[in-house]
Amino acid sequence: MTTDNTVRTSPGPTLAGPPPPGSDVFLRINDLRIQFKTDDGIVKAVDGLSFGLGRGKTLGIVGESGSGKSVTSLGILGLHRGRGRNADVTGEIWLDGEELISTPQERVRQLRGQKMAMIFQDPLTSMHPYYSIGTQIVEAYRVHNAVSKKVARRRAIEMLGRVGIPRPERRVDDYPHEFSGGMRQRAMIAMALVCNPELLIADEPTTALDVTVQAQILDLIRDLQGEFGSAVIIITHDLGVVAELADDILVMYGGKCVEYGPADELFWRPEHPYTWGLLSSMPRVDRDVRDRLVPIKGSPPSLINLPRGCAFHPRCPYSERDGIPCRSVVPELAGEQQHLVACHLPAAQRRRIFSDDIAPAL
Amino acid sequence: MFRYIIRRLIAGVITLLVVTLVTFGIFFMVPKLTGTDPALLYTGKQTDKVAIEGARKKMGLDKPVIEQYGLFVKGLVVGRDYDDGPDKTHCPAPCFGYSFKNQFNVWQRMLSDLPVTASLAVGAAVIWLILGVGAGIISALRKGRAIDRAVMTGALAGVSLPIYFTGLLSASIFVYTLNWLPSPGYSPFLQNPLTWAQGLILPWITLAFLFAATYARLTRATMLETLSEDYIRTARAKGLRERTVIGKHALRSTLTPITTVFGLDLGALLGGAVLTETVFNLNGLGKDAVLAISTSDLPVILGVTMFAAFFIVLANLIVDVLYGVIDPRVRLA
Repeated sequence: MTTDNTVRTSPGPTLAGPPPPGSDVFLRINDLRIQFKTDDGIVKAVDGLSFGLGRGKTLGIVGESGSGKSVTSLGILGLHRGRGRNADVTGEIWLDGEELISTPQERVRQLRGQKMAMIFQDPLTSMHPYYSIGTQIVEAYRVHNAVSKKVARRRAIEMLGRVGIPRPERRVDDYPHEFSGGMRQRAMIAMALVCNPELLIADEPTTALDVTVQAQILDLIRDLQGEFGSAVIIITHDLGVVAELADDILVMYGGKCVEYGPADELFWRPEHPYTWGLLSSMPRVDRDVRDRLVPIKGSPPSLINLPRGCAFHPRCPYSERDGIPCRSVVPELAGEQQHLVACHLPAAQRRRIFSDDIAPAL
Repeated sequence: MFRYIIRRLIAGVITLLVVTLVTFGIFFMVPKLTGTDPALLYTGKQTDKVAIEGARKKMGLDKPVIEQYGLFVKGLVVGRDYDDGPDKTHCPAPCFGYSFKNQFNVWQRMLSDLPVTASLAVGAAVIWLILGVGAGIISALRKGRAIDRAVMTGALAGVSLPIYFTGLLSASIFVYTLNWLPSPGYSPFLQNPLTWAQGLILPWITLAFLFAATYARLTRATMLETLSEDYIRTARAKGLRERTVIGKHALRSTLTPITTVFGLDLGALLGGAVLTETVFNLNGLGKDAVLAISTSDLPVILGVTMFAAFFIVLANLIVDVLYGVIDPRVRLA
């Protein structure tokens, strides 16, 4: 753990990911670190994350539970700040030329819901059970727009109609429990988009829904993105969800980025053993039914006591090959062009392993 | 909603009927089984047999048990006549009978003592609600800080210290040493609201301290739980001001369990705050109950118990209806 503070595990502001650094990038995260002090020790939930996202683009953040995906998204919205939330957030979050971590909380609050909005995982628990759907959308609209309740209500009905809720002028007065799961998630999306946010973060938007509804919700997000031109971050543990939607994909493990690049690259030429594991454990329609899914052995690491060296090495079938220091040295995120990988295996060897051993079994 | 209330009202009446059965059984039958004669309790010990037999006949104690119970329930609903030999005494409905000791009409006595108990209960309730819920919210928002610890220590003291300690202590300080307040007592509100409040302020505070402690702990626990709910995170993500998040979204959920407990507490207190009334010598229903128990005044005991049961059943009904107003998910059920 002593090397952790000295070894840089991610590129600084100068060494950026796919979208080149500069003011033209809509969202730019530099070396984001989010830590929580607990009785058991310091939880390094996000440990040196950097990425960028242009307007109208979609980034998929993929990883297992506890890899730091949701903490990252809440961090962008500034929801770890404030009294009683013992989080320590460092780094830089540039949103449209404004750095959010050093900005006063009141300013971040004004941006929240207006310029950046979020859709949460479980639409049942994420809406207040005692207020009607309409009331909650009206509230979200009026906090950022000085309009009458009547105007806001018309806007709420319009948004509900836009996300595909039938007879919105009647359903607007329903309570969350009177909506089905998919409808509730549509209402959540309507609420998130009511102020035309330029950045939309969807945290596992389809996890709590059944498969047919999942596809509808993803289609809806894509349609709305096209219409509003928002930048979208989709957080998921399901590579299938981001496969069609995302322009870039960022794979997280143990609070760090282990692989980052354009979606096509990551799907067809993944280089990190963890990404291989994710792909191998994903069911596919085009796969032979007799093939078994290959799970990743072991379980995600504790974010308090990460394994020394590469956090993935205890679960990695390729660790410590040919005397590579997987157990002692943290691998840097590096690579050619826009495809970055944090792995000690030589690039040539990685590509060979993938094409020889991994790809045929997918 | 209307049908629901009717259904609950019927259930409430049945509950009260069961309560009459049980209390009647306990207070009139048990003395008989243990060899004490209710007629003897009525007349006192130093009387001759003729008087006892007369009392037995007058009270209907010579009739079979079932018939006695029937007469009692009939008295509650339509009134009843006591056969006093040559002349009859009519006891109008709802008839709880007459005190064994002082011959007063139990119902009339309870009606005249209710304002004392109600003043005490309602005044204390206002104080403990404001103090308890307020302290609980502050405590939850400053969890682990000095003020949280101070509130929780105060709450622990509140639930641990008995009323006859805090009541007598505060009376000795504020009334007898500092002379800030007149000695506690009841005077009707309509006569002079100021003397009414002055006489009751110490009983209020004493009683409220006990309840405020429980409410502070309940509010703090519920608030902390609510603050970790997903919909609170959503409210923040919408960009709502923190005071809207706490004061509207979190508070509304926190108040639900408090409403339930509050209704039941207030209902129970309206049936008599025994310790507080005794400590401060307020002639309310609680004091009536204590006096009646110590003198085996069966009709009064029965009346006060029935009255208390009535308030609890009523409070339950109101809480259930209110619950539907607060939580839309309950309305359909």
